[in-house]
Amino acid sequence: MNILYDERFDGVLPDVDKNALLVSLQTQMPELEILHQQEELKPYECDGLSAYRTTPMLVVLPRELAQVQGVLRVCHDRQVPVVVRGAGTGLSGGALPLEKGVLLVMARFNNILGIDPAARTARVQPGVRNLAISQAAAPFGLYYAPDPSSQIACSIGGNVAENAGGVHCLKYGLTVHNVLKVDILTVDGESLTLGSNALDSPGLDLLALFTGSEGMLGVITEVTVKLLPKPQTAKVLLAAFDSVEKAGRAVGDIIAAGIIPGGLEMMDNLAIRAAEDFIHAGYPVEAEAILLCELDGVEADVHDDCDRVRQVLVMAGATEVRLAKDEAERVRFWAGRKNAFPAVGRLSPDYYCMDGTIPRRELPGVLQAIAQLSAEYDLRVANVFHAGDGNMHPLILFDANQPGELDRAEALGGKILELCVKVGGSITGEHGVGREKINQMCAQFNSDELTLFHAVKAAFDPGGLLNPGKNIPTLHRCAEFGAMHVHMGQMPFPELERF
Amino acid sequence: MRSAHDTDNSDALLEQVNRALQNATPLRIQGSNSKAFLGRTTVGELIDTRSHRGIVSYDPTELVVTVRCGTPLAELAQVLDASQQMLPCEPPGFGDGATVGGMIAAGISGPRRPWSGSVRDFVLGTRLITGYGKHLRFGGEVMKNVAGYDLSRLMAGSYGCLGLITEVSLKVLPKPRRSLSISLEMDIDRALLRLAEWGQQPLPISAACHDGERLHLRLEGGEGSVAAAQDRLGGERLDASYWADLNEHRLEFFGQDEPLWRLSLPNNVPKVSLPGRQLIDWGGSQRWLKSDAPDSFIRQVVDEVGGHVTCYSHGLAESPFQPLPNALSRVHRNLKKQLDPKGIFNPGRLYEEL
Repeated sequence: MNILYDERFDGVLPDVDKNALLVSLQTQMPELEILHQQEELKPYECDGLSAYRTTPMLVVLPRELAQVQGVLRVCHDRQVPVVVRGAGTGLSGGALPLEKGVLLVMARFNNILGIDPAARTARVQPGVRNLAISQAAAPFGLYYAPDPSSQIACSIGGNVAENAGGVHCLKYGLTVHNVLKVDILTVDGESLTLGSNALDSPGLDLLALFTGSEGMLGVITEVTVKLLPKPQTAKVLLAAFDSVEKAGRAVGDIIAAGIIPGGLEMMDNLAIRAAEDFIHAGYPVEAEAILLCELDGVEADVHDDCDRVRQVLVMAGATEVRLAKDEAERVRFWAGRKNAFPAVGRLSPDYYCMDGTIPRRELPGVLQAIAQLSAEYDLRVANVFHAGDGNMHPLILFDANQPGELDRAEALGGKILELCVKVGGSITGEHGVGREKINQMCAQFNSDELTLFHAVKAAFDPGGLLNPGKNIPTLHRCAEFGAMHVHMGQMPFPELERF
Repeated sequence: MRSAHDTDNSDALLEQVNRALQNATPLRIQGSNSKAFLGRTTVGELIDTRSHRGIVSYDPTELVVTVRCGTPLAELAQVLDASQQMLPCEPPGFGDGATVGGMIAAGISGPRRPWSGSVRDFVLGTRLITGYGKHLRFGGEVMKNVAGYDLSRLMAGSYGCLGLITEVSLKVLPKPRRSLSISLEMDIDRALLRLAEWGQQPLPISAACHDGERLHLRLEGGEGSVAAAQDRLGGERLDASYWADLNEHRLEFFGQDEPLWRLSLPNNVPKVSLPGRQLIDWGGSQRWLKSDAPDSFIRQVVDEVGGHVTCYSHGLAESPFQPLPNALSRVHRNLKKQLDPKGIFNPGRLYEEL
């Protein structure tokens, strides 16, 4: 296993005098809550990627902006790495702590600062939960569109840091499309505003660059998001298919008919059975694949589109098409999909969730290849797929207590991601690189591209103190562990020593 | 789809950039030069992108098109149109020959922008010749991709200051089934109030402009929603060509002699009191001002209501783009230094120090 920070490949971290740092923080900010004893630090040793754990040196839980600024200044002066954490629900280990670093927890900044219905915006602190924004906006008939599956728990600061997605991205976009303004503190504690309350702002689009930067460029202290009027109505069609190829083609046919569904999800047989066992959503368990197609908007249009989509699905060879007859059934159809991860979790002691994206036309081939890999590595894989936007979530089933199974699951996962890159996709659609996919970055980008990423980092954080080891691998790491990005027949990084 | 003019000329562009890097020669990146009036004047050796043109790939069911920078915007629009698709952000050309590269570099969006998103919102990936003399690929041809920093979207509106965009992948969407434009008699104050109110309702508005006397609306969606909205709002029919004329600054408003300023504001700011004439677009978020008032005065008034100003009349303002606060300017300079260490790409076009 090579996923935890390794100074040999990820760069040497400064040695920190823990006690001196603690005293310095306590003296400068007597009110700041600091955890420093082993048993207090334990709960913070991982985020949503719980297979990887590191105990942080210190955890700080500021309540005021001045404290965040103070922590950053002290750490900057003493050259201490800082890892920022929100709700800790991230799936790629973006908030995995460092033994030689401070974990800065922003969860206590959980106030909604204002909802402006006329401007259709919400101004919130970074620790506000995603769903809480929509709940606060609901009395005005508005909501915040991006809805990652962890929306009940994940916080908006983390959503911006990861450019979080959800099941409605094809129509409503990712976080980057729904944020107007972000206030940040730089590594040395200086405050900056990226974006504005208008639809654009002068200069380079640093808001776009910052969104999804995984805590590498600055610390988010406030977010202003766009709100949308709630669609008048939403209807869901469930279609069953006797092959995944047919289901995949049906997705393309819906788009070709000029329809952009609010949500378009696909599940394979293993995922269908698991979900049905768990939720009793009424899914056809004999089907090789099902599609869930949600159409939302103005009543008259949704009605027409339902008819059109039904025809398309029948033409595409669906063995059954069902329209949720009422709101209760619609919610049930979705409940099966939204609980697919825990449902699959019941089939196996552990599962490992992948997040690759592919051009949709590649789906049949990629699913076939995944089935082959699954046989080769002797691990079951259930497939859940944001079909509308090409984001796959293969779930690899394994048992961490069986020697070698975690390693095999990781190796299989890595192969799946490399396959995604090979067909023109990406190693991560919405979960982020974090620490989890650091080696696969070497498959997606060559050394010159990675060098440019490091240049971006240097523009914001020349000392590399914010979240070291995440998001962008060192060239050294790629030379050692990376899947070989063989370019023009040459070995990558010929300039580097190998050992 | 392929046209006889298609050529991959990226090797020659790369060679020219590498020569410029060797000799530290500044480059002036240019397509059809249709947006030369925007930004500061930049001096440097001309690098003409128009030889690198053509659509690289387009699969309508994937909703993605990949196109070379020198391709005329009109050609791209035609290809998309043939499949009943479009670039929803409606980028203006400001000239017949406008290229895709210029469209990205300027990052300017048309009337649908508040509802559809901006040029940057539709960027999925780019290929870029960098300040290190490499031809690299960022982002991709998929809707969701969060691997690495988002350098592709950063290119939108960068005015060529960070590198040469050779290719871009864009998300496209089906054209709405029905589009209908109407015009309502109503003063500015009332129009802004109504727009704020309608914005909170699921109405199929896709463009909203007030010319000082009348509110013009475009309704787009399915037959049912457009008909229902028309019944509700009433008004007179408006020819759809109005929106293209607005977008390309062909309306009479833009023809007068006074300097043209673009005001970008929060959508719910009431009428801004400034000398001259105003035209409101983007449902209130973008306002055009024809005014002889001094640069500093306009900027101060707009700053107070949370907006910023761009001067659209070339050579008039020392800094056509709103000057940046110090801390932000420092980050801009750092980024420029990191991505274009020799300072060869369009120096000074966006800001003097970039």
